Amino acid sequence: MISFENVNKWYGPELQVLNDVTAEVNKGEVVVLCGPSGSGKTTLIRTINRLEPINSGKITVNGQETHAKSANVNRLRREIGFVFQQFNLFPHMSVMDNITLAPRKLKGMSRPEAEEKALKLLARVGLEEKAGAYPSQLSGGQSQRVAIARSLAMDPPIILFDEPTSALDPEMVGEVLAVIKGLAHTGITMMCVTHEMGFARDVADRVWFLDKGVLLEDAKPGEFFSNPKHPRAQRFLADLRH
Amino acid sequence: MGYEFDFSAVLTDQYIGWLLSGIRITLMLSAGAWLLSFAVGTALAVLRATNFKPAVWLVATFVEIHQNIPLLVQVLFWYFAMPEILPEAWRDWLNQNNSEFILAMIAIAMCHAAYISEALRSGLRAVPVTQYEAGRSFGFSYLQTMSYIVVPQALRLSIPPLVNHSLLLFKNTSIAMAIGVHELTYQTRQIDSDTFRTFEIFLVATILYILMSFVIMAAGNLAERRFGMGAR
Amino acid sequence: MWEIIQNNWTLLLVGQYPNGPLGGLVATLLLAMAGLALAFPVAITIAVARISPYRPIRLVAAGIVHVVRGMPFLMVLFWSYFALPVLIGRPLSGFWTLVGALVLYESAYLAEVIRAGIQALPKGQEEAARSLGFGYFRTLFLVILPQALYNSLPALIGQFVSLIKETSLGYVISVNEFTYAAGQLNSQLLVQPVEVFSILAITYFIVCFTLTQSARWLEQRIARSRQGGPGGRAAQTLPNPLATEPMP
Ligand SMILES: Nc1ncnc2c1ncn2[C@@H]1O[C@H](COP(=O)(O)OP(=O)(O)OP(=O)(O)O)[C@@H](O)[C@H]1O
Ligand SMILES: [Mg+2]
Repeated sequence: MISFENVNKWYGPELQVLNDVTAEVNKGEVVVLCGPSGSGKTTLIRTINRLEPINSGKITVNGQETHAKSANVNRLRREIGFVFQQFNLFPHMSVMDNITLAPRKLKGMSRPEAEEKALKLLARVGLEEKAGAYPSQLSGGQSQRVAIARSLAMDPPIILFDEPTSALDPEMVGEVLAVIKGLAHTGITMMCVTHEMGFARDVADRVWFLDKGVLLEDAKPGEFFSNPKHPRAQRFLADLRH
Repeated sequence: MGYEFDFSAVLTDQYIGWLLSGIRITLMLSAGAWLLSFAVGTALAVLRATNFKPAVWLVATFVEIHQNIPLLVQVLFWYFAMPEILPEAWRDWLNQNNSEFILAMIAIAMCHAAYISEALRSGLRAVPVTQYEAGRSFGFSYLQTMSYIVVPQALRLSIPPLVNHSLLLFKNTSIAMAIGVHELTYQTRQIDSDTFRTFEIFLVATILYILMSFVIMAAGNLAERRFGMGAR
Repeated sequence: MWEIIQNNWTLLLVGQYPNGPLGGLVATLLLAMAGLALAFPVAITIAVARISPYRPIRLVAAGIVHVVRGMPFLMVLFWSYFALPVLIGRPLSGFWTLVGALVLYESAYLAEVIRAGIQALPKGQEEAARSLGFGYFRTLFLVILPQALYNSLPALIGQFVSLIKETSLGYVISVNEFTYAAGQLNSQLLVQPVEVFSILAITYFIVCFTLTQSARWLEQRIARSRQGGPGGRAAQTLPNPLATEPMP
């Protein structure tokens, strides 16, 4: 579903943030991406929908080469849901309008149809009663759940999460992770950057470990947690346990 | 358009002389009003920083009055109305000493002093309180903390608005033509009505203004880079 | 002073209207409103061009802004006075000459206000819209501009005050507006300049001060609504007030 072939990216001439990344995510799979701060996780996940350009290599999503000049980036992005660390809800719109904006304007869905769908999605993230609220009236956890519903409104076959819980107060992490867990293995392909190793252990089909832009591990969670191959991954896990 | 440009008609020795004298008056007016406005503006900002109620109120009133009345109206007021209010002796002195120029300078300076005091005040307010606390915790007195730590930072923060208002002040000296000060805009109109080469002379004057403005902008950029918060 | 107002209030309020051209305070306000309304779309275009991804477009827009900011409003007014009729091929009334100058001049200043408003938005807003699949212009019109314009509303009111103040320069080319009316009155009465110009100044002050205060009130309200909650990060900084406030 998503494949990276020898992907390289530099910031300036000095800093190589992605170093020859080659990997594949299969349809319906859940991949958790982890690694120390500054290792390039955000950068990697943002290259998938071309929020970040790459310098060389090839990224293919659903058979389409995303960084090709000819690629229609707007059409491509409709197929890829993206959930940000900072939620990025549109503060000038109600929760309902946040969710229905894309289906209405991009798919030409009628307002009643889009709203019906939005209500279903809100039910799925447990926030039906917030349809009329504005983002400023929501807690962090609620905001992130709305952001997830907004991404799902386009029925994307793929959804990407960049540290969806790290801007949240600890007591709200659970509610958001529960929503993401509920999405896993429903047919949607999922990639999630997170430091929540419990979540990775429970939900991930595979764990990727990135360090200084190099993809050091690509393993089943059981394998990765009990027996990481690379010393850096061992140290990373040891640090997390403290 | 079929309009034949003829710059030779306006760039004769005589008219160049008029232009130069216009530029001279514009620059003198700008410099005089600039100095006066910075002096008054600084005094107002200091007065306001005392947090002494009547002083604060007085400065705030001065600022609001000068910011909410068109500069032209202020100039007209100084020109037509002020001499009536001033003591006889002052009026006579003004009449003997190029009253248009002096009154225009005062009007422009007072108006911009309001803006300058506000720019300084916003700079002062933008310095984090922790800076002040840090200064006091070294054992500096109030005045030492202000003069070594707070005011230098506030001045740096104020550079962009101060530059901006210096530019506006310069441009606004053109308003003095309304009371007959022979500055650049006034001379431009004189040459226009003398020669009827409207496009040519206004093009020349506009370019002169823009060039002088660019010098001010460039000086501002330099000051910002040299002394601004980002400077190193 | 009361007597002057009593005897001349129609001249000061509406000029010769309805027997002659509209003038006075009403004309001043109409001039400022027309100027703002027409400058607005131009300003948005310049602001967007100023942060365009294409360098040549950015450079042209920056050039326009800098040249206009380098010109005194009076120079712009004179250009409008003699060049605009030539450009459109027919004579222009004083009213529209002044509106033309206001649009030319204020577009550049307004553009900077709007640009500051856009740049104060968190980058995530654009990224979120783009990630949903919206193109550049739809992102701009659906997500960025509504927020940027709302956040810069106080600065825009401040700009409207500037426009009101600038209309006074119509006096120099004899446009029927408030200052011109007062000037006429002054030369009629001859011996009461203090009263006449006090009336003029006080009236301007009341109008402009009311607007400035409402802008301040609005600014506080917007600032408060922004801190409303963790999701309410409409903008982290206020639009740069330094970009505003051109004067006369
Ligand atoms: N726009 C940029 N310009 C220059 N360097 C950047 C830029 N964005 C990120 N970097 C650098 O690239 C490296 C990788 O950044 P990235 O955000 O992808 O890391 P990360 O793994 O997501 O880290 P974190 O866990 O802190 O989110 C870091 O060293 C960062 O400083
Ligand atoms: Mg990151």
